[in-house]
Amino acid sequence: MKRPENLVFRLGTGLFGLVLVLVVVAIGVELSRQSWLSIQKFGLNFWRTETWDPVAGEFGALPFIWGTLYSSILSLLIAAPIALGIAIFISELCPNRLKPALVFLTELLAAIPSIVYGLWGIFVLVPAVRAFEVSFPQSLKWIPLFSGPPFGLGMLAAALILAVMVIPFTSSVAREVLKSVPVAQREGAYALGATRFEAISAALFYARTGIVGAVLLGFGRALGETMAVTMVIGNNPRISLSLFAPQHTMSAVLANEFTEAAEPLYLSALIEIGLVLFVITLVVNSLSRLLIWSMARPARKAAATTVVPAVESAA
Amino acid sequence: MTAGTRRRKFVSSLFVAFCAASVLLALVPLAFVLFFVVSQGVQSLNLAFFTHMPAPTGEAGGGMANAIVGSLIIVGLGALFAIPVGILSGVYMSEYAGTRFASLVRFAADTLNGVPSIVIGVFVYGIAVLPFKQFSAFAGGLALGVMMIPIIARTTEELLLLVPGTMREGALALGATHARAVFTVVVPSAAQGIMTGIVLAIARIAGETAPLLFTSLNNRFFTTKLTQPISSLTVQVYTYASSPYQDQHRQAWAGALVLVAIVLTCSLLARFATRRLESLNPR
Amino acid sequence: MKITRTLLAVAGAASLVVGAAAQTLQINGAGATFPAPIYTKWVSEYNKLHGNVEINYQPLGSGAGIRQVTNQTVFFGASDGPMNNDQLQAAPGKILHFPTVLGAVVPVYNIPGANAELKFTGPVLADIFLGKVTKWNDPAIAKLNPDVKLPGIDITVVHRSDASGTTYIWADYFAKVSPEWKTKVGVNTSVNWPTGVGGKGSEGVTGVVTQTPGSISYVELVYALQNKINYGSVQNMAGEFTKGSVQSVTAAAAAAATQMPADFRVSITNAPGKGVYPISSFTWLLLYENPKDKGQSKAMVDFVKWALTDGQKYCGDLGYAPLPEGVVKLEMTALAKIKVS
Repeated sequence: MKRPENLVFRLGTGLFGLVLVLVVVAIGVELSRQSWLSIQKFGLNFWRTETWDPVAGEFGALPFIWGTLYSSILSLLIAAPIALGIAIFISELCPNRLKPALVFLTELLAAIPSIVYGLWGIFVLVPAVRAFEVSFPQSLKWIPLFSGPPFGLGMLAAALILAVMVIPFTSSVAREVLKSVPVAQREGAYALGATRFEAISAALFYARTGIVGAVLLGFGRALGETMAVTMVIGNNPRISLSLFAPQHTMSAVLANEFTEAAEPLYLSALIEIGLVLFVITLVVNSLSRLLIWSMARPARKAAATTVVPAVESAA
Repeated sequence: MTAGTRRRKFVSSLFVAFCAASVLLALVPLAFVLFFVVSQGVQSLNLAFFTHMPAPTGEAGGGMANAIVGSLIIVGLGALFAIPVGILSGVYMSEYAGTRFASLVRFAADTLNGVPSIVIGVFVYGIAVLPFKQFSAFAGGLALGVMMIPIIARTTEELLLLVPGTMREGALALGATHARAVFTVVVPSAAQGIMTGIVLAIARIAGETAPLLFTSLNNRFFTTKLTQPISSLTVQVYTYASSPYQDQHRQAWAGALVLVAIVLTCSLLARFATRRLESLNPR
Repeated sequence: MKITRTLLAVAGAASLVVGAAAQTLQINGAGATFPAPIYTKWVSEYNKLHGNVEINYQPLGSGAGIRQVTNQTVFFGASDGPMNNDQLQAAPGKILHFPTVLGAVVPVYNIPGANAELKFTGPVLADIFLGKVTKWNDPAIAKLNPDVKLPGIDITVVHRSDASGTTYIWADYFAKVSPEWKTKVGVNTSVNWPTGVGGKGSEGVTGVVTQTPGSISYVELVYALQNKINYGSVQNMAGEFTKGSVQSVTAAAAAAATQMPADFRVSITNAPGKGVYPISSFTWLLLYENPKDKGQSKAMVDFVKWALTDGQKYCGDLGYAPLPEGVVKLEMTALAKIKVS
């Protein structure tokens, strides 16, 4: 016999769950609605055009997509090994007394607000990067990766700051993933006489989808980072391979130009960039969660208490 | 020991060294940033900073009193909006964990968690600023609230799942309705953890700048009206950092210090609470 | 329990404060960074005289001023570039322009080792910003500055990354002295810059210049003065190399003052005459003729009248030139058009 109060409870709490779902849908809908003008005018060319010309009314998202992807990938190249190293150290290698302190310190890194990183970026990191660029040997300047005048502001500074910001998040997710590797895996390896490296490698291999998921999550974080990046990247909508060149990202152009786009087409083009960013982060994050979830599924199935049947049978 | 074993051991030590080095490498920027924030910020913290409004552009002096109060108001608004939605969604996800709708809600929460904050700012601009033709503290609070919901929801869900089934079943066996069982027995036992989740969510969004740029805008004056633009610590630090005036840079560092202090205190509180929790309910 | 009681007490006290504060009239405005120092000074002084009127001016850039006032998300806008006919058409009501002060846009630069005052001509400046002149010791620059030892380093062009009236004035001048600029880039608050790196706001740009050796940019005179940055002189139509200053800007407005169009939208870049600084401009407040909120309208009109009269005395110290008498008279008449009840 089902009591009506239980139905009210289910519907009531379900309603709030629905609110959550609706918020996500609403974001997608609102962004699409407001970028409709731009979508109609430029269509798929928007993703391929390099020009960003508010005077002529020609808008293309390519420089920003490039900047976002380039800076995020670069930052991951730096951050992923370090984050994994930290995750492995904390979960496998460090003495138990040290663990809480190290976890605390990585969380500290994550807690610092983006704007504070940006502040540090302009006044400390950028001058340091400029000094590095100035002292960079002229003989190597022909390499496209290092060409261009030493602004300090540019892709390198952005990648560095993004790396610092992404490390704590990636490492804590990686730690969670490693935790879900059955102890038997490692114990079996040690029993066979493996070194620490070999045993951990076995665990890493077992958790490989989860690790990839963790790295992807960090990538998703880097994609959306705004304040710290806009303060150090130079805000120049040009595609360039050079680490020294000032470039632009999707989130940075939104932060800079949103309040002032006076023409409807300009505003619509900006919001379409927001839509592109939304879709890209959605895809990356979903993919990463899928990977992590599929890896941790056996553990999760055991943990999820079978609550629903218990409730039904009690009713 | 054979040569092969020696080589394997060597590789292993190299690996361990690399991992330890990564930890140190990550701590370097942390120390660097904190050092600068503290050393630069402390110089500018004085009574005026906490009690005065900003001076006209280019003039030295003034403070961030309105920004500090503004941040408190916006974060408070966000929490007000996010806590009921977050907790109740979390309750649904944990109580009906097997259903497809719960999975959908969970997916939505994780998606929302990953949406860049600037996109949320654009979204809230479209629904809360443009239709009312007004930048407002309310819109800023809404933007921050939207960001807090998934954090609170997922934390609540995971903590409620940790509560032993026996507690719930006991209450139900005594004849309680599902609602009664959850709200008077299960939730209170997870209450501390949920509070921790809320504090963590606050710590995360207290430092947000991007979503406030076009929702709550900024205000030179002190205001507590929710329907007017309002100043906030993060936006003010950003404005001052981008300015060419030395005095404003000074104040930006001070503002950053206050911000970091608030965020770290919240994180610390959450950390201690979690440790207490973990010692009480060992997994 | 104690905590709840304290919280309630605090909330009670706060609500009293809110209640008291409820008497204040808050007017929101957004726009140009160019006049931000004088506008923020004005609202601060005006607030001392009329404690209940708080005019929250946010220097987000001229483009933002135009857009926000068109969307009516702020009560008034401010821009260094007048709204064009398309923009005026797009607004839901009639918008009037009111010039408030005069200012100059000056070329600022950071040349390591050379602390001198450089001379530029319009065409040379345009070529630098077009990316055609790329090194500091280029013959075009060296010819104008024979006494200065110019290094052979690259010129780093720094421009505004946000929509800006300062950009508008700069581009407007270039369009008059460089046909290539006119066709290739055009005039707007935000243009497709052929070269260079972007900084947000006058503040951001000045910050980049002070920290990047070899850079050149353009800012309002007041920012250059307050940050003690080297700025150069520009050749005017009469052939003189003039530096931006209160006098040279006032001279630029002299001709326009006698031929002011009824809607006050006039460009005074590259103005003829002696002692004129060629990159000068008015800056305007954008007000609706018939705004919905009459209370705010009344206060705003009162404020503008004060700014055009008493407020002008603050101009000199901050590096702005006050408006010519004739223009102020015309504006007072025009202000009467705004509905305050």
